[in-house]
Amino acid sequence: MDILYTLWLRQMRRYVRSGSRLLGTMGQPILLLLALGYGIGAIYRRAGEGNYLQFLVPGIITQTVLLSAIFWGIIILQDKRFGFLAEMLVAPVSRIKILLGSAFGGATISIFQGVIVFVVSGFFGFRPHNWVDVPAAFLVLVLMSVALTSFGAGIASIVDDFQGFQGINNLLVMPMFFLSSALYPLNNVPTALRIISTCNPVSYMVDALRYLLSGQSHFGLVKDLIVMAVTFVAALVFAVNRFQRIQM
Amino acid sequence: MAKSIISAVNVVKRFGSVEAVKGISFDVKQGEIFAFLGPNGAGKSTTIKMLTTMLRPTSGQLILAGHDVTRERDNARKAFGIVFQDPSLDEELTAYENMDLHASLYHMPKAVRPKMIRQLMELVELWERQSSLVRTFSGGMRRRLEIARGLLHEPRILFLDEPTLGLDTQTRNLMWDYVKKLSHEKGMTIFFTTHYLDEAEAVAERIAIIDHGLIVARGTSAELCHQTKTKTLEEAYLKLTGETLRDEASSDNNGLNFKTALRNKRLG
Repeated sequence: MDILYTLWLRQMRRYVRSGSRLLGTMGQPILLLLALGYGIGAIYRRAGEGNYLQFLVPGIITQTVLLSAIFWGIIILQDKRFGFLAEMLVAPVSRIKILLGSAFGGATISIFQGVIVFVVSGFFGFRPHNWVDVPAAFLVLVLMSVALTSFGAGIASIVDDFQGFQGINNLLVMPMFFLSSALYPLNNVPTALRIISTCNPVSYMVDALRYLLSGQSHFGLVKDLIVMAVTFVAALVFAVNRFQRIQM
Repeated sequence: MAKSIISAVNVVKRFGSVEAVKGISFDVKQGEIFAFLGPNGAGKSTTIKMLTTMLRPTSGQLILAGHDVTRERDNARKAFGIVFQDPSLDEELTAYENMDLHASLYHMPKAVRPKMIRQLMELVELWERQSSLVRTFSGGMRRRLEIARGLLHEPRILFLDEPTLGLDTQTRNLMWDYVKKLSHEKGMTIFFTTHYLDEAEAVAERIAIIDHGLIVARGTSAELCHQTKTKTLEEAYLKLTGETLRDEASSDNNGLNFKTALRNKRLG
């Protein structure tokens, strides 16, 4: 426990000290809320779909967690490139503990940022449809953060340089966000897009949050939770497997 | 005869079809200062990585302080401290936090940590800077902190992988003074690699030279000179390993081999 806590604490210290990281990962969701929430919101209402902000906020929270998790993967990459990982790997501690301690740190940061977006969206006029469901939404946020952080750790274990990581970001993270149910309802989109989004685990994370925060759902909460549980386990296995194979 | 604390028996490491280490055996005695020398790409780093549990030997046996590095890995890990060739501190943490993190990774009892950390940071003269971020440290300060960190869990063996690379002369001398003191006062075993042969000659009690994955010579500096009928360790080294340049796996040469080779040619 001491080791998990220490590794977690390390991530927290680094996060608190790096103001640019906070700004870097918070800037985008706030920009999206502004541009989409206000910009697209008017058209959305005219199309008879209701309040776009209520629809959008769960998607933006998910995007924040996704971005923050992948961004956090850069720390593993930094540790690998700049040597601190070697210090941890020769210590009498199992790699799984090193990975989990660090990943919990990353997940905590994601959760924190998700909560901030939730609070900020309140200023934009977002209201949870039922406050009773908010604790459950928080649990979904936790599950999703750990899953995506593990995914980020797995990716960082494979990639060896920062350029490669940038490529992953463009090729994987952006599509995972844009080709999900985060920004638009899946009812009326072309079939191809709907199929892709249905195969994207991020869609289910957004959907679960949307059900609990805004009372809207495409897949239904049960399906959302099943897909999320499977994704969670798969991401964790992926991360552990890749992290075990790192050679210095 | 002192007991041997590091022992390697027929250690082989293969990467695919390439045999980087081709069956080496050696012993390091308790309390000894041992230098492990060799050109780039000779198998030096691979051997250090195997000794420090970062790579598994393909075959053969490595024992550190009585613990087999593959079978009793965690016990073997507790037995040594290491200063890596590349910097390995967390720059976003303070010096003290780096030390404390290490203490925790090595399961040190919480009660003794502050005292031990203070003691070692005073030894390397960094206690006043305990709450500065490592990011603000010079290369020499970082090295000193890494040495203090490597010693924190009271290892019986200290590995130093090219510890003086990029350090100024003052820091180098100071560092070797610490190291010699540790060896003499605490009976700590020191295993180090370096490309500066004058350092090896001055500090090491025994030396092994590895080339093409095999140990080509071993003994004291004087013995090596005697064996090769040369006057200095550098001449002995060049006679044993040749004067040609090596293809390297990594790009960490610093032109050192080239310079030594060139200098020697001029002398000859």
